[in-house]
Parts: sequence; structure tokens; C-alpha cells
Amino acid sequence: MSEINRGAAHLNATVLANKRVGQYHQIVLGIGDLVKNCRPGNFVAIKVGGDSSKMILRRAFAISRVAESVSFGGTMELIVAPHGSGSKWLCSQSEGAELDIVAPLGTAFGIPTQPVNALLVGGGYGSAPLFGLAEVLKSRGCKVDMLLGASTGGKIYAPMEGKRSVNSLKIYTEDGSMGELGRVTEPILKLVEDKAVDVIYSCGPMGMLRAISEITAGSDVVHQCAVEEAMACGIGICMTCVLPVKDDSGQISMLRSCIDGPVMDGSQVQWHLVGQVPEVAP
Amino acid sequence: MSNFDFSTTLGNAFFNTPIFTASGCASSGKELSQFFALSEIGAVVTKSVMNKPRYGRPTPRMAETPSGMLNSIGLQGPGIDAFLAKDIPWLVEQKSRVIVSIAGETVEEYATLARKVRSVAGISALEVNISCPNVENRGLVFACDPEASRRVVDGVRRTIGGEIPIIAKLSPDVTNLPAIAQGVVDAGADALALINTVLGMVINLDSMRPHLGGKTGGLSGPAIRPVAVRAIYQVHAAMPQVPILGMGGVSSGRDALELILAGASGVSVGTASFGNPHAVIEIQRELQELLIAKGFPSLKSAVGYAHREESQ
Repeated sequence: MSEINRGAAHLNATVLANKRVGQYHQIVLGIGDLVKNCRPGNFVAIKVGGDSSKMILRRAFAISRVAESVSFGGTMELIVAPHGSGSKWLCSQSEGAELDIVAPLGTAFGIPTQPVNALLVGGGYGSAPLFGLAEVLKSRGCKVDMLLGASTGGKIYAPMEGKRSVNSLKIYTEDGSMGELGRVTEPILKLVEDKAVDVIYSCGPMGMLRAISEITAGSDVVHQCAVEEAMACGIGICMTCVLPVKDDSGQISMLRSCIDGPVMDGSQVQWHLVGQVPEVAP
Repeated sequence: MSNFDFSTTLGNAFFNTPIFTASGCASSGKELSQFFALSEIGAVVTKSVMNKPRYGRPTPRMAETPSGMLNSIGLQGPGIDAFLAKDIPWLVEQKSRVIVSIAGETVEEYATLARKVRSVAGISALEVNISCPNVENRGLVFACDPEASRRVVDGVRRTIGGEIPIIAKLSPDVTNLPAIAQGVVDAGADALALINTVLGMVINLDSMRPHLGGKTGGLSGPAIRPVAVRAIYQVHAAMPQVPILGMGGVSSGRDALELILAGASGVSVGTASFGNPHAVIEIQRELQELLIAKGFPSLKSAVGYAHREESQ
């Protein structure tokens, strides 16, 4: 056996709930004991469209949170934006439907061993996995502040129960329709300069992740970001979801965001080379 | 069930079952081993490796298409030395049968790769990928040129004495596939792998430019299965004695049987593994059940069965 995909299983999961939350769907799947393998940052790959579908590839979704209860056993919650034909199909599944899933996949957010000041930054529905992460950080005694941003208020995902697991929550929208007018990255520079934050956890569009990496560059702040790159397989065999990442020796490699990510060290991702091929020989 | 003979051969290499992974669709095996034991399938065909480490093509590298996908990976890999030192020993330890796939930019590079592969124990066959569509210069697709195809295989044949079979992987993007197949067999190929992906393109309607970083990509998945069946049927008709490792959109046991009836002695499963990590092992089970249900005493008795005389 290999370490890659360790803990992942391929199984049928039942849709226990599917409800609209603003522009998103909150979908809860019964996954039984598999919850024990799931960590904040992991993702799930779901077969879409049914058996006769022309969509042959799975769709990857960040696991928003997992829970265990007496009545439902282990459950996994996803926040899905019905954008493409695959996610629309998923959002149309009703309670009781069976889904073919592979989970948990990918690297998880690193959890500090000491209580630290953590800043969680989410863009759009990228905030989904941050609430599960916030609960874990809180239980380790961390101070957890959260910044959420989106183009408009309808695209902010911030459930009531999630707000309880953070010390503070600030919302930014580019059109000012919710929270403060502006980008979610704007307040970060001052927090870094004031040494008010030790670790930043981020999830959202690549532009946001890159902007945060540029702010934290040269500081002692650790930036763990969950990247988003188009994947065909989610399990490391197709080599489509690669990003240029520099290791400690300075060597740049094209790493797979499915198995070497989605959580990566923002300071090592070569953001300026995304979508290009490094000129130096590998 | 117990009397059924599922084994197959490609040249002098023997395999317990005819279902393999397809090169470029199983990396080096580790990723799939969480889902099934690699020793239970016919063989792992590793991702085509070049002499030097290689970044491959820029992202985006993938576009889903109706019943298929385009990829534009461009042979990203660790280079042959690191591959042979790290990946092969692990596969051998898993008791997996291994077919190493190589790709080069020159005739000499293929010969160098073949020499390095020959020096390592535990490899059942060598796939010579002369048909990767994701190279910068279409002139480098050796398999589109009969003379270039022949020279590559000839160079490899001079390096590999006959210890392991040479499987030449060909492209369907040619006018006269049987002629190219005949050329590489004359040059010393023991078997043929048919088919590589079909060259394609998707234009992104937001940017209104080609979607893939490499502009063109290789089309795979169920959309190309009829192309694979046709290619295998044509080549088997022309050279029934040459074993064919068939591939192209196989995602079920019935699909695998279709390729076998057309003339394939073995079937590789590629893109199906992206959508289903258990695809290889499930297809293998389904194929065996189907062959038995159809009354075949062995896999070999079904190979090329679609070519039989009208009266049979």
C-alpha cells in the first residue's frame, strides 16, 4: 500500500438533506464511519448525471464539515454552487438519493499544536470548509477570526451556527451590498504588520489566494491555502490539476493539487507561473 | 468458471488476465493501490517516461467533452532514472506485472530509454509510445510518419534483444493505419498498442480562445471507442498474427469484449479510471463473466472472433 489516497473510500452515500441557502445548496450526505478519516481541507469527488450521463468525470467539492449523531450516524456537509451541468445535477438530487462518492481526498489544513491567532479568509462559497476548520481550531484553544468576501452579498456563505465557532466575523462585498464595501484582502496587511495573526487559512478564488500570499511574503505568518484547479480524477492519476510549487531547496515542481493539495503553503506556490511552464529545467 | 482460461500473451510475455491500466491513466500505480490490489490485474502500464525530468504543458490541461475529455499533459514526469529507481521497485514489491511506457524526442532518446529499461529486473514488456499528441511540434508524432515510426522501433529493437516484447503504441490520426502498423512490425515490434488519443480542440466561449494551455489535446473516453474498435479491426484483419493491446474509451466489460472481438489480445483501461477508481478491477470481473456467459472456453478463443467467416 502507498500513502497516497490513504483513508479514501469509494462508496454510495445517501442524501440526507438538500436545502437552498442563498445562492448555494447545503447538501448533507450519510457516510457512516468514514467521517473518522475526514479532516478540514479534504474534498470529496462525486459522480454526476446518473449512469447514462455523458459527463464522465467526477466533480470535486470541499467538505464543509463532518458530524456524528445518534440519529444519522456520520454525515458530511457540502456547499454547492449550481453553476455547471454537474453541480446543477447534484443540487437537484432529493433526499434519499444515492450518490457515488470517493472521499476523503487531498491534504488537510495543518492544525497548530499550540494555541495561536488564526485568521480564516474565505472568498464566495470558498468559506464552506473554514467553518469546520474553525471548530477544530477553537477546540485547540486558538483565537479564530474570520473574513469573508464576495462580489455581492448573495454570494456570501455564512451560516448562523458557523458564527458561533469564531471570535469575530467580518464580511466584505465589492458592491457593498453586505458588510463593508471592498475586498476581503484589504484588512490583512495591517493584521500582518501588527503581528496580530500567526496563521492564515484561506479558501477561495486563485486571485485571492495569490493576493494573500503577496501580503504575507517576507513575514513570519504561515499561509495555508486551499487551491482550486480543474481536476479530471481527484486521485492523482490524470496530472491535469498541477501547480508550480517551489520546495525548500528552490526546485520548482508541477505538483498535483488533488494529492499534494488542495491545502498548500502559499509561500511555495509560484503564483506568477500558474498557467505557464517554468523556464528552468526540472 | 474454474476451467475458464483468462490468460493472455503479448509476444513472449504472459499475463494472468487481459485487463491492464493504460499509460498515462494510472501514474505509476501507487494512487490506485488504495482501491484494489495491483497484483490482481493483468499489468500496470506506467505513464510514458522520457529520459529527462519534464514539466509538461501549461494549465489548463483538461476539458470535459460529451462522453469524453481532452487532455494536454505533455508527458510531465520524473525522467527515466528517478522512475526506475523509485517507481519500479515499488510496483515489483506489490507483485504487479509491469509494462514500462517510454517516449522520446529523437530516435536516439528511445534507444537510450530502452537500454535503461532493459537493465532493470521485473519488467514484463516495453511500450514504445510514438504517438503522444501533446508535443510542441506535430512533426514529432513519429506514428504519423511510417518511416519515422520504423526508425524508432528499429533503434529500440537493436537495444532490446528479445528479452522483453516491444509494444509500439500507434495513433489513429493517420490515413493508412495498417501500413504504419506493418512498418513497425517489420522493424521489430512484437505487439501493437491501439489507440492513443485522438487530436482535438475545445474553444472557451468566455475567452473565445482555445481552452487548453497547449491549445490542442488528446480526446479520450467512450466518445472514441468506435475509433478504437475500427483501428483494431483493420489492423487485426491485415496482420492477424500480431498481438494487439487495445484501448480507447473502455468503461465496462462489454466495451472490453468489443475490442477483443475486433482483435485485441489485451485491453487497457484509461480514462474510465478517472471517473471510477475501481474501473480496472470491475471491468476485469465483468469481462470474465461475459466471456463465460457467451460460452468462450478462454479469452484467447474470443480474440478477433468478429472476423470469422459468415458461415461460422
